[in-house]
Amino acid sequence: MSRLIEQFKRSLAIAEKNIKIYYLKGPVIIFGLIFPLFLALAYIIGRNIPLKEVLPGLIGMTTFFTATSVGPSITPWETRSKTLERLLCCPVALWAIIVGDMLSSFLFGLIISIIPLALTLALGIQPLNFIMLLSGLIIANLCFAALSVLLSAYPPTDVPATSMMLSSLVKFPLVFISGVFIPVEQLPHWGIAIASISPLTYFTDMARQLFLNRGFYPLAVNFLAIIFFTIIFTFAAVKIHERTLTRRLS
Amino acid sequence: MEYAIAVQDLTKHYGGVTAVDHVSFKVEEGEIFGFLGPNGAGKTTTIRILTCLIKPDGGKAFVAGYDVLKNPIEAKQRVGVVPEVSNAYVDLTAWENLILIGKLYGVSPKKLGENAASLLKEFGLYEVKDKLVRAFSKGMKQRLLLCMALVNDPDILFLDEPTSGLDVESARLLREKVTQYNREGKTVFLSTHNMEEANQLCHRIAIINHGRIAAIDKPENLRAQSMELQYIEVAFNKTVNVQDFSENPGIIKAASSGNKMRIYTSDPSAVIEFLVEYARKNNLRILSLNTMMPSLEDVFLKLVRGEVIQ
Repeated sequence: MSRLIEQFKRSLAIAEKNIKIYYLKGPVIIFGLIFPLFLALAYIIGRNIPLKEVLPGLIGMTTFFTATSVGPSITPWETRSKTLERLLCCPVALWAIIVGDMLSSFLFGLIISIIPLALTLALGIQPLNFIMLLSGLIIANLCFAALSVLLSAYPPTDVPATSMMLSSLVKFPLVFISGVFIPVEQLPHWGIAIASISPLTYFTDMARQLFLNRGFYPLAVNFLAIIFFTIIFTFAAVKIHERTLTRRLS
Repeated sequence: MEYAIAVQDLTKHYGGVTAVDHVSFKVEEGEIFGFLGPNGAGKTTTIRILTCLIKPDGGKAFVAGYDVLKNPIEAKQRVGVVPEVSNAYVDLTAWENLILIGKLYGVSPKKLGENAASLLKEFGLYEVKDKLVRAFSKGMKQRLLLCMALVNDPDILFLDEPTSGLDVESARLLREKVTQYNREGKTVFLSTHNMEEANQLCHRIAIINHGRIAAIDKPENLRAQSMELQYIEVAFNKTVNVQDFSENPGIIKAASSGNKMRIYTSDPSAVIEFLVEYARKNNLRILSLNTMMPSLEDVFLKLVRGEVIQ
């Protein structure tokens, strides 16, 4: 147990390093701030729908894009600058490095996604259960951060732009199938089946439950599904990074 | 701990190529062990296995008494690494780099601060500790890498081409520091292309070629094993005919360069007698006469390329 705690402390050191280095990198700013901002504006402006109605999709989309913006770039960047080799020479387990990358991605997503939530509260729109919404926001950010680190695992490229581009190929379709624009309950059966494979579906549905008191899945299912996806993504990220490590270092 | 590093039948393949082929050696505690070889010989692959970056396909390796396959974290905890390519974080300051590495080794905050400050002062980087590494020269980066390798006070230092491409002053400083830390008890595993550096620093040297160990011994023993590479350099007051020397049975090869002759022999005393007699008969004066032992570079080329004096 003490060994786990010791490794986790090293994950925190890696996360701190990532915050200093990667939060201000161009691709992170573009994909994590500018892009979701304009997507949100396009989503809101010109639609004759009350803000409360669009809020669940808006928070879901913002959280998803910001929490997945840091992760895909870290490993390719570190591969290219050989700093990945430096980290691996230290007594740090690969899983601890991945957890460190996840944490930095998670924090970026959490900080940015708090902004629309705060604006919502400032505008007087109250969720049914604030603590539950905040808990959902935290685990959703963790889940999307794990997905982002998984997206950086393959192919083992040392070009950050390649990794960002490939991760976008996964992220955009996920936004469209996850009930952001059309609530899950309004989707056809095949649409619901497809939506169920996306973690974003469960977070958007949870936000819809907590703001509008209507959703497709029970809240407990939403929570459990997001936790399930987080575990799967983290496990897969560690395994795939382990497999591709030799190619990265060659 | 009996040996700082023990390697037995270490093997690594990349695709169809055998990068490291049943390599075995042991490095004693407190030793500076040189690892020489041409490009692609398997030096970096061996170091990467010993520093737990890659896994071998066969054989065993123990670092600080820990199996690198079974206990990589424990093994890495006892070593410091200076890699071939500079890999400090250029977007962080020198201080931040040291603190990061110290935290990754689990050094306590108080000790880490003291170690970092003392190392930066020792390597002349304290004044620039708050500058981004991006602005550092190659020599400064290399000194910082050595600081980063030492911040956890390791028992074993792995240095992969540490002075490659450095200016004379920086290279000399690094060599002095390596010697100093070795005197203080650290074991050093040094991969280098620089024969003079290996000759000066290393207690023992392994020469690796095509993934296999060609020789392991003390530098002076390696040279002594190649006595056919020793030569006599003689200068006469007049130009002489090389053919006069080539036919002597004790001479392996003779070559002229201006008024100097280089004569390779395994029996220097007999050849010196012959040269004195030759000078007397031909009414020549010997201006200079030196017996030269084979250099480590001569031994290396003989072992690596199979170059022999003909």
